[in-house]
Amino acid sequence: MKTDITRRSFLKQSSLVIAVTAFSSPLRLFNASPVRAASQLSFKPHAFLEIATDDTVTVWVGQTNLGQGTHTGIPMVIADELDADWKLIQVKPAPAGEPFKDPLWHAQFTGGSTSIRHRWDLLRTVGAAARQILKQAAAQEWGIPVETCITKNGRVIHPDGKALSYGRLAAAAGKLAIPEKPALKDPKDYTIIGTQRNRVDIPDKVMGRTVYGMDFTLPDMCIAVVARGPAYGAIPESHDKNAAMALKGVVAVLPLENRIAVCAKNSYAAIKGRDALNIKWSNGSLPDMDDAYLDRVYSEHLKKQGASAKNEGDVKTALGKAATTLEQSYKINYISHAQVEPINCTASVEKEQCRIWAPTQGATTFQMVAAKLTGLPVEKVEVNILPAGGGFGLRGEASHVTDAVLLSMVVKRPVKVMYTREDDFANDYFRPASQCRIKAGLDKDGRLVGWSHKVAAPSVWSRIGPQMVKNGVCPDAVSGIWDMPYSIPNQLVNYVMVNLPIPVGFWRSVGFSVNVFTVESFMDELAHAAGKDPVQFRLAHMEKGSRPYNILSLLAEKGGWNRPVPNGRARGVAVNSCFESFAAHMAEVSVNKKGAITVHKMVCAIDCGTAVYPDAIRAQAEGGVVMGMSTAFHERVRFENGGVKTVNYDDYSVLSMSEVPEIEVHIAKSNLKAGGVGEPVVPSVAPAVGNAVFKATGVRLRVLPFKRDMLIKG
Amino acid sequence: MTTINVNGTKRQVDADPETPLLWVLRDNLGITSVKYTCGIAECGICTVLIDGEAQRSCVVNLEEAQESDITTIEGLPEDHPVKVAWIEKQVPQCGYCQPGIMLQTVDLLSRMPNPTDEQINDEMDNVICRCGSHPKIKQAIRFAAEMTAKHGG
Repeated sequence: MKTDITRRSFLKQSSLVIAVTAFSSPLRLFNASPVRAASQLSFKPHAFLEIATDDTVTVWVGQTNLGQGTHTGIPMVIADELDADWKLIQVKPAPAGEPFKDPLWHAQFTGGSTSIRHRWDLLRTVGAAARQILKQAAAQEWGIPVETCITKNGRVIHPDGKALSYGRLAAAAGKLAIPEKPALKDPKDYTIIGTQRNRVDIPDKVMGRTVYGMDFTLPDMCIAVVARGPAYGAIPESHDKNAAMALKGVVAVLPLENRIAVCAKNSYAAIKGRDALNIKWSNGSLPDMDDAYLDRVYSEHLKKQGASAKNEGDVKTALGKAATTLEQSYKINYISHAQVEPINCTASVEKEQCRIWAPTQGATTFQMVAAKLTGLPVEKVEVNILPAGGGFGLRGEASHVTDAVLLSMVVKRPVKVMYTREDDFANDYFRPASQCRIKAGLDKDGRLVGWSHKVAAPSVWSRIGPQMVKNGVCPDAVSGIWDMPYSIPNQLVNYVMVNLPIPVGFWRSVGFSVNVFTVESFMDELAHAAGKDPVQFRLAHMEKGSRPYNILSLLAEKGGWNRPVPNGRARGVAVNSCFESFAAHMAEVSVNKKGAITVHKMVCAIDCGTAVYPDAIRAQAEGGVVMGMSTAFHERVRFENGGVKTVNYDDYSVLSMSEVPEIEVHIAKSNLKAGGVGEPVVPSVAPAVGNAVFKATGVRLRVLPFKRDMLIKG
Repeated sequence: MTTINVNGTKRQVDADPETPLLWVLRDNLGITSVKYTCGIAECGICTVLIDGEAQRSCVVNLEEAQESDITTIEGLPEDHPVKVAWIEKQVPQCGYCQPGIMLQTVDLLSRMPNPTDEQINDEMDNVICRCGSHPKIKQAIRFAAEMTAKHGG
């Protein structure tokens, strides 16, 4: 990669500030606008890194704090290359801004497990460049060659042992040119990357001090709760404005196109005000739509030919010649994000600016939506990214920022739009449902000769980015299938797009959590048909020594796949590769006569390249097991009368404490580029459990969530 | 005006007596560590201690709460064993559910100073954590119990 680094003179309050643009190539470092004092809230810093005269090193993180550990992991990468003293690192959240955009996606987006993997070079280069400048500043002061200086713990050390702190050097460093190609560390010299660090955001979260979006408040702000139709496409035909306005605290009732907002002085008044509206809604666009209707739609679509997503070799001939063929259908139901903090957004539209505070995964999207609605230039829209109470992909959606901005424009004061839990379930952008039919063939030696896979599912991208849908194929509808980690000589993947009024969106690992369930369950069916061990069967279809091969081998070794299974239990495995990482799971289960499945233990092995922050990786892997098991056992959104039937957590169970098994996590040693973590730890969980249940009972579970009535004996 | 006693301080509240304590604490008193999630006592995330007992503040109204001592997470000292354990075991991910879960733990440990794994599962089975911090919650509860035992409770 060509590195083009330029520098304008910049020095403010004896601080060295470096920031990085959003260009993917060439990588460009430049000097951002000065970091503002904390009292000047109307502007925010544009820089990643500041070294102050008091030795404090401030790292601004433009990624959303969803609890994934990024606000510690990103500073760890910079601090390591900088040779900073970790104790002096301060981490601050950055607002939406050019320097914080994803270098590959050109948008500030926290999703796709990209926070570090898309900034791996960038973050290291920022730290390394700063370190080199500081060394030069020290060498200049001492009048010695820079090569004779070393750095350690926030200090440049002279060959004779004396040292200057980074803060002491900040002023001089600010006058020097930024090196064109700062040398990056040899991984063996890492002192912070790969080590245990306490997460910087945890003390405030434990003490109750963290201000999430729901907690944010402004003087004179009103709270808005918006009534949306119970069925897709429904519009309000009548409502009782006076009843709502009569309630103490209600400020305004404002119809907005197909919905009605109630603005109030407090949350409870807004909720009660909405209840009082007594809206009569029109029928929706598909009033007959319910679970049975949807089932029919999907199975009818599955009969169609669909668009060709992959066609390698000659599947028809291969299957015709196969010694054994298997054919099965799988079905996955809609699920919700069910993140615990309801959707919310605060907007303050003022004369010449718009300010937003939101727990958003899509800061750039919010900025653009607000700019369009207000007519303000993007740079006059300030988006402050607040910590989020979970997100899992949902918080990139922006319909509520629209409401907050519009309402603030009308009532001429700050407005926080708040969803109730009922709103959250009813207005989610769900993980798509899916039905598929798979046919595969084995030769007489039990080797796969062909694999044909047809998926009927909605497309996430057809709404979010239609240009991503090429030749009728939505990449996320077939991800995990067309790029499965197996070498199979003949492969056919077809996709039938299902178009329904139900909005679908990104859900932690997107298509992988759907399709890996089908691929890995069917691999297990094939292993069984071939009379092979499930691990050996998979390995036999992978390139020996490849990363998926190695991670499955590590799982088998660490999880004791070949060791005897405790009495009454059975094991299952599954593997997946996505977001530049590789993960595998082993489940150990037992099933009683009533069909109750107990998962005793889950083992996860992950190769995510350089393991930047192992404790956060383990936490994500544990959370991935819990979430994956939750989708396997419980989660299903139901529909009726053209809308969402699921109302609240009492009819949408998630995995509970007593169901959470012992979880073991093994992280592969690697010096490769950092890969994704949050998402790869999910997709192989559900199939590993299903495969273990098959081993225990002989019953194959081909529906998510599992239909446990299939397991009841006698 | 209704007077309620929160974290040892008497507070005046101008709200309808039927208002859920959750919204009184959040909107009237600005104690936003008490989180709204389900509003139907299903998730446990809005839990506060009322006279030492874990209760879901979304289904207790102002009138019912006025005679009682209410404790939110701010009411526990920073060196409270549960807070120390939550940091030591690095429990929170998003952290939104944790104040409520920690307060439910305080109640649990007050009744069962040395809970078994099974008792932890039973007692904490009715809370929701979407990030899946459950394994760390279990570790932290055990750790808090050990610390309390060491320091004589």
